[in-house]
Amino acid sequence: MAANDLKILVLDENALRASIIESGLRQAGHDNVTIINEVFGAARTIETLKPDVIVIDLQNPNRDMLESMFQLSRSVRRPIAMFVDRSDQTAIERAVDAGVSAYVVDGLRQERVKPILDMAISRFNAFSRMQRELEEAKSELEGRKLVDRAKAILMKSRGMSEEEAYKLLRKTAMNQNRKIGEIAQSLITAASLLGDDE
Amino acid sequence: MTGLTEITVGFMPLFDSAMIVIAQEKGFAADEGLFLRLVRETSWANIRDRLAVGHFEAAHMLAPMPIASNLALQTLNVDMIVPIALGLGGNAVTISNAVHDAMATKGPLDILKPASVGAALKSVITDRAQTGARPLRFAVVHFFSGHNYELRYWLAGCGISPDRDVEIVVVPPPLMADALAMGTIDGYCVGEPWNSLSVVRGTGHIATVKAAIWQTSPEKVLGVEARWASHNMPAVEALVRAVARAAEWCGNPENHQELAAIMSAPDYLGLDASLPMPALTGRINTGGGQVVDVADFLIPFAKAATFPWQSHGLWFYSQMVRWGHSAGSAENQKRAQETFRPDIYRRAVTPLGYAVPGANMKVMGALSRADFVGASRSGLALGPDGFFDGRIFDPAAVEAYIADLIAKDRTL
Repeated sequence: MAANDLKILVLDENALRASIIESGLRQAGHDNVTIINEVFGAARTIETLKPDVIVIDLQNPNRDMLESMFQLSRSVRRPIAMFVDRSDQTAIERAVDAGVSAYVVDGLRQERVKPILDMAISRFNAFSRMQRELEEAKSELEGRKLVDRAKAILMKSRGMSEEEAYKLLRKTAMNQNRKIGEIAQSLITAASLLGDDE
Repeated sequence: MTGLTEITVGFMPLFDSAMIVIAQEKGFAADEGLFLRLVRETSWANIRDRLAVGHFEAAHMLAPMPIASNLALQTLNVDMIVPIALGLGGNAVTISNAVHDAMATKGPLDILKPASVGAALKSVITDRAQTGARPLRFAVVHFFSGHNYELRYWLAGCGISPDRDVEIVVVPPPLMADALAMGTIDGYCVGEPWNSLSVVRGTGHIATVKAAIWQTSPEKVLGVEARWASHNMPAVEALVRAVARAAEWCGNPENHQELAAIMSAPDYLGLDASLPMPALTGRINTGGGQVVDVADFLIPFAKAATFPWQSHGLWFYSQMVRWGHSAGSAENQKRAQETFRPDIYRRAVTPLGYAVPGANMKVMGALSRADFVGASRSGLALGPDGFFDGRIFDPAAVEAYIADLIAKDRTL
């Protein structure tokens, strides 16, 4: 078997992340990659595909289902968890932290599959980072919208200019050591409770 | 939490994680100088992996899991010990409306009675085989689970081969009811509240219960990573005390309403507070308007329910060998037995003044009624502990028990 002839199966309910893993594997020269987003019915795929490596996300509640398939499998090519010898404790730790796990067929040499897991780990981490950044961008945008609404309330109820309203919000936030978005949120909540919002 | 020793404990969203949750929520852990950081997980495999990498020191676990791990039967194996059990009973077998209706045509069902329900099920299975329909598919929560072994014990005891006459698959507990409603599976064995959920939704019937297949039988345990335990024995003992006191609290009917409210919160089960109650009262709505009172449906504390009997470990081992899940050997048998650590339990709870069994093992299936046993203090009653088929498990004759079952299974 040539280096990149390994048959790789990626099980991930997150289709976007699965495709990111797939493209990484292809860039690394692995052409034999199959993606499944749904574990129901995976048994048949595993039977026909006979993958050498299975990559699965740890949030997948179907991991127990997958492992029971391995227990039932009477074939010699029984998959086992990666790094079962536990000598590579850091590798398994990094995988768990990244939220990914891999199974390899028993007998496959570890150095051949380690790059695959390494790649999966880095792509999982990159994906989480991307999601975090998206979340942050989203909350920043929401924060800005809140500040705009809070400013409008102050301008209307206190007859302030926009600049004065913003300065007051900023000063309050600094005095209370809180984010300006939080101050804006409490102001909006208070105003709506008192019925003078909008 | 200043000055408290922090222990991270993994759990699955099942009602019997209550004893761990309550240990933290009601201050029993703090009384012992512990802060339990509770982490909800999505699979038993994750719990095992995170125990392996040191994210968790201890976890809510299916009783056969630490045994399978110590016998190196899983895809990843971690040495574990069981210093305390998390109650007895709690599971049920739920079947689809279609299977229930087919069974009902076979004559009156003695509802929840394993032999009666099993006979009707066998008849339905025979019919299906004759018409060429696919075998019925049952789901359990994990390959190495009490659910798998009690379902298999029941089916085989009713003349149904769990390997040939039906298909047994694994489905995560929260997905069971949906899988049944969609027709992906025809029945399942799981802990509460996931049986009642199908009944409430009108998509299934409870066919029988663990307490009827084997009364006062083991279910979940607290699994502790062995190496960590050996270096932190005072913390392990403190944890055992906190969980034992939590179990006692859970077993007190006065606390049941509060318990249901705590457990239904989003961090734990995330369910309607009225749903987990059948597990506590033993009043089981089986579907179709029938409500049955089940004795000992779930026992958190009474009858030495938290005592880690080595004979329980041996019974699971006997079933693993019976079904070809483990090789049988004197060494494996010893390892399975010694996974359960009544010595630690006894040492830990002695200061609490609880009545603790004097023996580490017991003959199971021999008590047809509750009976008093030798204990550290008088007044400890165990049982009844009967298997539905009247069979007796003697921990001194495990090999003969296995041989006898395998011989009988050959006739299926």
